[in-house]
Amino acid sequence: MKKHLKVEAIEQGTVIDHIAPGQGIKILKFFELSKGRQRITIGLNLPTYAGEHKDLIKIENTVFDQNQANQLALFAPKATINVIENFEVVKKFKVAIPEQIAGVLICPNSNCISHNEPVDSRFNIKQESGVVKLKCHYCEKSFISEVFKELH
Amino acid sequence: MSNPLYNKNIISITDLSRAELELIVSTANELKQHPRPDLLKNKVIASCFFEASTRTRLSFETAVQRLGGSVIGFPDSGNTSLGKKGETLADSVQVISSYSDAFFMRHNQEGAARLASEFSSVPVINGGDGSNQHPTQTLLDLFSIYETQGTLDKLQVAFVGDLKYGRTVHSLTQALSLFDCEFHFVAPPALSMPEYIIDELKEKGCTFTQYDSLDGVLSKLDILYMTRVQKERFDETEYQHMKSSFILTAQMFEGVKDNLKVLHPLPRVDEITTDVDSTPYAYYFQQAKNGVYARQALLALVLTNEFGDK
Ligand SMILES: [Zn+2]
Repeated sequence: MKKHLKVEAIEQGTVIDHIAPGQGIKILKFFELSKGRQRITIGLNLPTYAGEHKDLIKIENTVFDQNQANQLALFAPKATINVIENFEVVKKFKVAIPEQIAGVLICPNSNCISHNEPVDSRFNIKQESGVVKLKCHYCEKSFISEVFKELH
Repeated sequence: MSNPLYNKNIISITDLSRAELELIVSTANELKQHPRPDLLKNKVIASCFFEASTRTRLSFETAVQRLGGSVIGFPDSGNTSLGKKGETLADSVQVISSYSDAFFMRHNQEGAARLASEFSSVPVINGGDGSNQHPTQTLLDLFSIYETQGTLDKLQVAFVGDLKYGRTVHSLTQALSLFDCEFHFVAPPALSMPEYIIDELKEKGCTFTQYDSLDGVLSKLDILYMTRVQKERFDETEYQHMKSSFILTAQMFEGVKDNLKVLHPLPRVDEITTDVDSTPYAYYFQQAKNGVYARQALLALVLTNEFGDK
């Protein structure tokens, strides 16, 4: 079978694969990936072999550590991370949802004290029947990951 | 040996274990039977009401005085210079806690007490943070239930009224779910118990039933916890219907258990008619008084080691 390379291969870096369609742009923003100077290739709505669609991000000269990969799981729980060296995949791992996330998201509760005080936002994360729920350490309100639009 | 609450913050009812809740209730009982007017002699307690709440503040300040401590603080932030120069709560708390041995606060924003506890050098007791937590209300409710029933286990407890927005109802349900109680939730469908509370009860394997009227519920109960339903949430016809389904009158007590007690966080509007007050079932005014003992118990446990080594 002939492989169609929809996205240019990279020599060194990370490929985030199996991102649900529509989440790719969010992830770029979330990790402020485009702010660095490394080359990024993004594929949106790429067809998969299973006849579905996915987003995919290739970042040159950047390696995700497990912690960053886990934060990514909030947006793309099914993503796989491929570490590329010399055009070869040298390491491949799945993301796992972290137990806590600090300093990244803004609490969606507009009356939460964390907005205007000198503290990092903090959320405890729980997964219930496939739904990722985040509970604010301060206001104790629970939110599903979809409601987080803004980042810190 | 120190008691498990010594030097601890009291922020959220869900932070407390069953054993800790029992310790607070038994200490409240002990202090009610045997007053300790010198227990907090030489202790200074800050009572900081960034949002006014007269009943809670008076109850708390009475608790301090009954234990011989002294109070500093303010009844609402409108009368203070705090925050006016752009000072954060974090900074205010660091300064005020440096003057005092414990810090009691109320604030209109959710999470304020948790945040304060991270900046305070002394224990923080939450007196209500926005729509989030009000643990001392729950503790006085628990104490009142224990006092009237002699136990917190194997009770039939009904909650009636606005169960959707009623913060006191949520916390008390969470606290009682650590005990072996059966719950009855009576509310109009638009004001029924939030899903997250129902999910927690299911997770813990608690038994509960939901009803849309008081009919047929009363005769099973040990505790009937009434709450206020805000008239504004309904149109006139709906409200008239509600009156017959969710308003408690003295005639409704026929066939109830002798030990039934009616609780209400107060103030009431018209969900309990005044003819209930003189029945042996009414307990809401004693319940309000119990707030002083529950708060005394917290102060005694957080600030001393005199209790809890059983
Ligand atoms: Zn929050």
